[in-house]
Amino acid sequence: MLGLILRRIGSTVIVMTVVALFVFAMLHLAPGDPAAVIAGDIATQEDIARIRAKLGLDRPIFEQFLLWLGQILTGDLGRSIFSDRPVVELIAQRMEPTLALATTTILFSVLVAVPLGILAAWRAGSWVDRLVMSFAVLGFSIPVFVFAYLLIILFAVNLKWLPVMGYVSFREDFIGFLRSIALPTVALGVTYIALIARITRASMLEVIHQDYIRTAHAKGLSLAPILFRHALKPASVPIVTTIGIGIALLIGGVVVTESVFAIPGIGRLTVDAILRRDYPIIQGVILIFSGIYVLINLVIDIIYTILDPRIRY
Amino acid sequence: MARVEPLAVPETVSRRGWAFWLRRYPTVAAGLVILGLMVAIAIAAPWIAGVDPSQINPRNRLKPPSSAHWFGTDHLGRDVFARTIYGTRVSLFVGFAVALLSTTIGLVIGLVSGFLRRLDAVVMRVMDGLMAIPAILLAIAMIALSRASIRTVIIAITIPEIPRVVRLVRGVVLTLREQLFVDAAVSLGAGLTRILAVHIMPNTVAPLVVQATYVCASAIIIEAILSFLGAGTPPDIPSWGNMMAEGRTYVLVGWWLLLFPGLFLSLVVLAVNLLGDGLRETLDPRLRRGARTL
Repeated sequence: MLGLILRRIGSTVIVMTVVALFVFAMLHLAPGDPAAVIAGDIATQEDIARIRAKLGLDRPIFEQFLLWLGQILTGDLGRSIFSDRPVVELIAQRMEPTLALATTTILFSVLVAVPLGILAAWRAGSWVDRLVMSFAVLGFSIPVFVFAYLLIILFAVNLKWLPVMGYVSFREDFIGFLRSIALPTVALGVTYIALIARITRASMLEVIHQDYIRTAHAKGLSLAPILFRHALKPASVPIVTTIGIGIALLIGGVVVTESVFAIPGIGRLTVDAILRRDYPIIQGVILIFSGIYVLINLVIDIIYTILDPRIRY
Repeated sequence: MARVEPLAVPETVSRRGWAFWLRRYPTVAAGLVILGLMVAIAIAAPWIAGVDPSQINPRNRLKPPSSAHWFGTDHLGRDVFARTIYGTRVSLFVGFAVALLSTTIGLVIGLVSGFLRRLDAVVMRVMDGLMAIPAILLAIAMIALSRASIRTVIIAITIPEIPRVVRLVRGVVLTLREQLFVDAAVSLGAGLTRILAVHIMPNTVAPLVVQATYVCASAIIIEAILSFLGAGTPPDIPSWGNMMAEGRTYVLVGWWLLLFPGLFLSLVVLAVNLLGDGLRETLDPRLRRGARTL
């Protein structure tokens, strides 16, 4: 088992190296002179030269990569071209709202989607099942920001129940925090709910017709413990795996949702960076988000390797 | 002499009317109908729109929907209906182009990588790395480094979609590689290209078609998101994402600026997803109860 875990960690290191290589190569494979593109249309030759020197583009490419990799490994993601502040510092400042939104969304989605998926599987083929699955297809089809604006128009503009946008830190005002995070959470959660409900239904269907479930029925257990304990447990491997993989989806959605609701998180940082072509920030955000994504999936895999000895990679 | 009655000809596939297919595959049918309608709208945009989508009319700023302007007017007095109709072109073009490009490139990489073991290890590590980067962020980074154009947008959306196609194709190839008919082809002296093209590739078509629809749906969404964030289709082209980006400032006074492009966008994606789900159940029974590939 230890060997397995070590091998899994090893492959994670390889994946992250490839990610780093990509992020690095993108700057160099981009058509044209990246320094000129980043500098913009009205830049002078000196501006371009300054950016080139700042990004280290004037050195041999291999040297550039090693230098850059060394910096990353020591936790230095470079400096913003626009504000000249360290990227790590900028990202750390914006971390709280993004983590808060991601956490509420994951909790909300799992709490809604898993029961829905179980219900659909239990009543497979009925109108309940069809309703849940139709909702899932709709959830996949409606883009995050479109749904976000529907919610804003309905609940914030017309009914005036919740604020249109903005973010209140939970350390200042917890009720205010909940009110400010409610619409973003629902908007961001929809795709995720659709994804998790679908996989929950599919993997519950695999289990629900097994003999031991019938036995549990026969010995007189009531429905809830059968579905939630006896069936959900063995069905949970693909569900938790999907929750992990879906985090990539969630990260993309966070950027958009923060932009719609004017939440000052990493997503906003990224969007501002795009408009200013502040590439070091974009680079840093990609590395951090990919790192988080890979780490979460590593942890999920390791937990499963420990919990379920049948799992082999 | 007794007359010989002609044998009853079994009802053949081609004889079944559209009503039969509609009843048998309702989701495919619904998807096809909506998508067909959207393609027709895209092609006939100039005739349906009636007016120039870029025509500015400052006197008619931010007018709600009326008989003169079905979807209202925007902050520059442009007709939202005309812009929404023209937006169909951008979304469908990007969706189809990305689906075609990423399946073609992914197919070639997947075929070769699945068959050549040494190459496989390297290719799959690269694909794993690519998949670890959230698609929208990868696209944003690529666009931030080049000048905005539809072509850039298509390339930036295609690249993150490729690894999923490669994985799918490679999976099919890995199971087929050990089959007898491939051994037979090898022993008859067939070369690598022939084996891949004639014996292996046809088996990847069904899952690839299904995957292509999902890629198309996700490409349409990502294009809209990129344009909405200001990192996509150039702002002078009326795309749904651009329209919503411009309309967001007026969310308190002009709901129609956001609702109509959003509605069309969701409808197109829904149509493509319905088509994909229907095709998946029809073409690939193994996937019938499985998860959607992300």
